Amino acid sequence: MRTGHDLELVHVTKRYPNGAVAVDNVSHLFQAGSYVCLLGPSGCGKSSTLRMIAGHETVSDGAILLSNRDVSALPPAKRGTAMMFQSYALFPHLTVRDNVAFSLKMKGVDRSTRDKRAMELLELVDMQRHQDRLPDQLSGGQQQRVALARALITDPQVLLLDEPLSALDPFLRIRMRTELKKLQRELGITFIHVTHGQDEALALADEIVVMNNAVIEQAGPARDVWMRPRSEFVARFMGGHNVIDLAGGKAAIRADAVRIGTQGQSATVINVEYQGAHVALATKMGESDILALIPEAEFFENPKNPGESVFLTWDEGRLHRLQA
Amino acid sequence: MKAMSDTTKGWLLASPLTLILVVFLIAPIVMIAVVSFWTATEWSIVPAFSLENYQFLFGSDVTYRVFFNTFKYAAITWAITLVIGFTVAWYLAFHIRSLPVQIALFLLCTIPFWTSNIIRMISWIPFLGRNGLANNMLISMGVVDEPVEWLLYSDFSVILAFVHLYTLFMVVPIFNTMMRIDRSLLEAARDAGASGFQILTNVVLPLTKPGIMIGSIFVITLVMGDFITVRFMSGSQSANVGRLISNDIALLQYPSAAATAVVLLVTVLITIGILLRLVDIRKEL
Repeated sequence: MRTGHDLELVHVTKRYPNGAVAVDNVSHLFQAGSYVCLLGPSGCGKSSTLRMIAGHETVSDGAILLSNRDVSALPPAKRGTAMMFQSYALFPHLTVRDNVAFSLKMKGVDRSTRDKRAMELLELVDMQRHQDRLPDQLSGGQQQRVALARALITDPQVLLLDEPLSALDPFLRIRMRTELKKLQRELGITFIHVTHGQDEALALADEIVVMNNAVIEQAGPARDVWMRPRSEFVARFMGGHNVIDLAGGKAAIRADAVRIGTQGQSATVINVEYQGAHVALATKMGESDILALIPEAEFFENPKNPGESVFLTWDEGRLHRLQA
Repeated sequence: MKAMSDTTKGWLLASPLTLILVVFLIAPIVMIAVVSFWTATEWSIVPAFSLENYQFLFGSDVTYRVFFNTFKYAAITWAITLVIGFTVAWYLAFHIRSLPVQIALFLLCTIPFWTSNIIRMISWIPFLGRNGLANNMLISMGVVDEPVEWLLYSDFSVILAFVHLYTLFMVVPIFNTMMRIDRSLLEAARDAGASGFQILTNVVLPLTKPGIMIGSIFVITLVMGDFITVRFMSGSQSANVGRLISNDIALLQYPSAAATAVVLLVTVLITIGILLRLVDIRKEL
């Protein structure tokens, strides 16, 4: 369904002067109001894509349409997008309030109006108590909220987040991602979130766009991408999948679908890792590494040790054929 | 051997530097301060406490004029070196993208320092003189009919020489601070709709203040303490405090020279004190 504020990439290419192609002829439609994660390993072009949407990189070829308007030649502030930077990029010499009000100040809005608006946004991210602090007096999570407020004060249709959680410790990361999701639902605008963490993408995204080698490998709802990876790369990158060679090509089998049986494919246990609910059994089956996630109770009924031979089985119906 | 206490060790470790500073910095200044209260006749120096030198200094109209002149040189040189220094540093830090080119251009800036101050200064004389290159060129281009007189031996030439000598002292600290500015701040500013000029005034300038302040201290103290540039480039037609002191020394009026030096020292310290009040440079050091 297409609505007014969709963001569309049309055959977008980014070439650098040295000949390297960071983004190669990528087309994609980002639906308005959705939470989209651009997922991929470092150097896959996800950050370049985001920066082109933001207007911090020029587009070598193609167009970027927002609300059916080509924005690819406009300066960042005129596009209807706002970016939240990886290191937050808060101005160290300005107070929290002045940081948030920065774009209004640039527009020439008078002090009392912009302070009032800044306070509204600080309230939205629950930071109004810290309005007079300087950025280096804040914790990482607090800095992120300020950066969010600063990006949102421009009333963007699309908020671009460049690895927003990577600077936080794991505990805070999980808390902040809940808040990001909640904020996106409340605001109803599009969030495009670049990450290299598949767990982050699965937790947050309405739609996951997996990128590799400057192109989109697969895009779709989080569950689709997880359940039906199109290629070996996606299956491996999303994790939790084993890729095995079959006569008719490669297939993926989920690690939690692999069982230890009395007959089946023989394999050797390489490593046993207790993970709480599951036990991860790393095995070697011929040339390929197969990971089996065995429910804890089931494993301890019949524990295995590294070096032991086991038989691996799975339901043929759970094999998923890969296209590449 | 009995183990030394930490306190003793600390004092011992600090003592070489303390010794050097006492011998080469504190002692001479104390000596100057002491001598400034002595009196002198044409042939002898009398070590007796007297305020005569200071009374003469503060009672003389010349002192105020010369101090004013010194401040004028310092202020104008400061303003010009700041503009040039900031521009050069800005170009090096933000427009040159590759580090090797940055380093190469930065070294290029230091090449003039391979020769002595005096030679760099004197080399202006044949250029600016009555029949010098500058005048010849202006005449042949038809800009002027007869040689321009104020090019050499004027306040213009003094300030030109100062700017030439000291701009690098402004470039280096400003460049240094600019290099520490996170580039994503500039992008964030652009994202918020700031124009190039707004980025300059709202982001770069405030964040470069400590570097500007350090450069300003360099330039101001160098210009205020200088005497040779003023002498050569003004053709002995202008004076600053440094020349006042050097004249006294030439006449063997050491107590009077010392008194002037003390007043100059205090003036410079007050100036720096005011500057440091304006900007906190501690985090830069």
